[in-house]
Amino acid sequence: MSIGFWLLQSLNALALGGLLFLLSSGFSLIFGLMRVANLSHGAYFMLGAYVGLSVLQAGFGFIEAILAAGVVIAVLGGLIERFLLRRLANRTLAQVLVTLGLAFAIADICLMLWSGDPMQLPAPRWLSQPIRAFGFVFPGYRVFVVEVSIVVAILLWLLIERTKLGAMVRASVDDIQMARGVGIPAQKLFSFIFCLGAALAGMGGVLGGPILSVYPGLDGEMLPLALVVVILGGIGSIGGAFVGAYITGFVYTFGQTLLPAFSYVILFLPMIVVLAFRPSGLFGKSAP
Amino acid sequence: MTRKSRITLISLSLLILALAAPLLMGQPFYINIGSQVLIAAIFAMSLNILVGYGGMTSIGHAAYLGTSAYVVALLTLQHGFGFYTASLVALGVVVIMAAIFGAIALRGTGITFLMITLALGQTMWGVAFRWSEVTGGDNGLPDIKRPDLFGLNLVEPGLFYGVMIALFVIALVGMWIFTQSGLGLSLQGTRDQPRRMGMLGHHVWLVRWIAFIIAGFWAGVAGIAFIGYHGYIHPLSLGLANSAEVLLMVIAGGAGTLLGPVVGAAIVVVLKMVVSAYVSRWVLLLGCTFVAIVILLPEGVVPGLERLLKAILPAARDDEEASS
Repeated sequence: MSIGFWLLQSLNALALGGLLFLLSSGFSLIFGLMRVANLSHGAYFMLGAYVGLSVLQAGFGFIEAILAAGVVIAVLGGLIERFLLRRLANRTLAQVLVTLGLAFAIADICLMLWSGDPMQLPAPRWLSQPIRAFGFVFPGYRVFVVEVSIVVAILLWLLIERTKLGAMVRASVDDIQMARGVGIPAQKLFSFIFCLGAALAGMGGVLGGPILSVYPGLDGEMLPLALVVVILGGIGSIGGAFVGAYITGFVYTFGQTLLPAFSYVILFLPMIVVLAFRPSGLFGKSAP
Repeated sequence: MTRKSRITLISLSLLILALAAPLLMGQPFYINIGSQVLIAAIFAMSLNILVGYGGMTSIGHAAYLGTSAYVVALLTLQHGFGFYTASLVALGVVVIMAAIFGAIALRGTGITFLMITLALGQTMWGVAFRWSEVTGGDNGLPDIKRPDLFGLNLVEPGLFYGVMIALFVIALVGMWIFTQSGLGLSLQGTRDQPRRMGMLGHHVWLVRWIAFIIAGFWAGVAGIAFIGYHGYIHPLSLGLANSAEVLLMVIAGGAGTLLGPVVGAAIVVVLKMVVSAYVSRWVLLLGCTFVAIVILLPEGVVPGLERLLKAILPAARDDEEASS
């Protein structure tokens, strides 16, 4: 196996890491703020990819597809938050089980609407030009995915760390009752963060479409990856999601290349090590 | 007779009636449904140890049923083991697996525990799906022969149902003894007041870990019955949907009650059977039922019925004091 092979696999790992970051940063934010492990998140990712596919098939461009998926999934997330999760406020387990039930419902509706055949989203030509560097040729689209994930990571970091809204989110994560006491509108924050997290998952689905393609069962494959990322990185931390996503991207990609039958088992090794020595995750503050 | 013992008596006679019903209807179709309900009931009872008595919600319980069934299938098909020897090995494998997975999952509590069990469960699905040279991948492993028992050919539905009744009664009595035992009581204590239990000198982590292993063991027993009944195992059987299905049985029936998972298993199996006869949208219905049960009937059917019975039956004065 040549250096070129390893470089190419590394780029694949980075691209998967970027997708996992889009998926798990939203999951992590929602969990950190609302204590809801949103088990529909994998289904949002898959539904986003399907919506993007339909928008592309209708003749629109790739950027429109990403935006449309983001809006559709954000609205869906908003409705779920408003009409189901809010009714179950303070009943964490019930909320998690509702999101699990919804994950199945969404997946089956996707199967009904888009059939069971795997479908690949076409990458736009202006993004898939091969990039030549250091005497090697890299697929341009994967470089684009990595760039997007880094830009989103920086924007999210700025939003959480440098804006008033972010300060309110951080205050609510640390002590929700005190935050409410000083007049932070926690309910509105919940809705906003839930929509934002859902939109990120939906857009991640479209972005991942040309690499992973979209098929029934994609949701069930992405959800455990997202869980591993947040358990690794620490729940509720953007930086943790970023580091966890790239570690998971590398472990999964190289596991799949070297030991395809056991790529899922290898995936859990870093999680087990982290759980053994730091149960709250690499960047987590304390066990929830 | 006190009201409590009257309720027990009513429940017992209903249970016996329900067990006899498929035999009274006579046709193999109904008897086979009976077998499927009992297998699901053993499976759901095993999860109830964690969810109901331990307060630990696991969404990866199908991994134990599936692994046990896969071990039986692989050993009988590819290594010439007899069904019963293979079953013993399968139980050993599942107990070791539960010990390891339990040690990992119990690093977290609450929702973290739930997420780790889900992830670990999907690992086993991944192995069954991807390691196709051994597990047959997406084709699964077909043609596992139903064994004889004491010279009786269990291919006969009625005889197989009889064996399932025996297995179910053993599991049910075992579960009752467990809930009354010191271990079962401290498990319920760690569910309600983990800190106080720790302060009283109970090793909370150890109690939960042992409960995790016992739950894994009984899921393994259900897996053996499962492979004996179907003669076929597919990666779907240890996937997320199956884990969610068994969790729905426990919650719909009533977590933390002896008969709740049994009632839940009957409801889910029959519902699935009826729905699948007309449409192929079982997963959609599973999801919607989940949402509906959690929102409308969070405590489950059995506690609801129990309250109803208590309202109907007049209470003796001393009984009232004893129960309050």
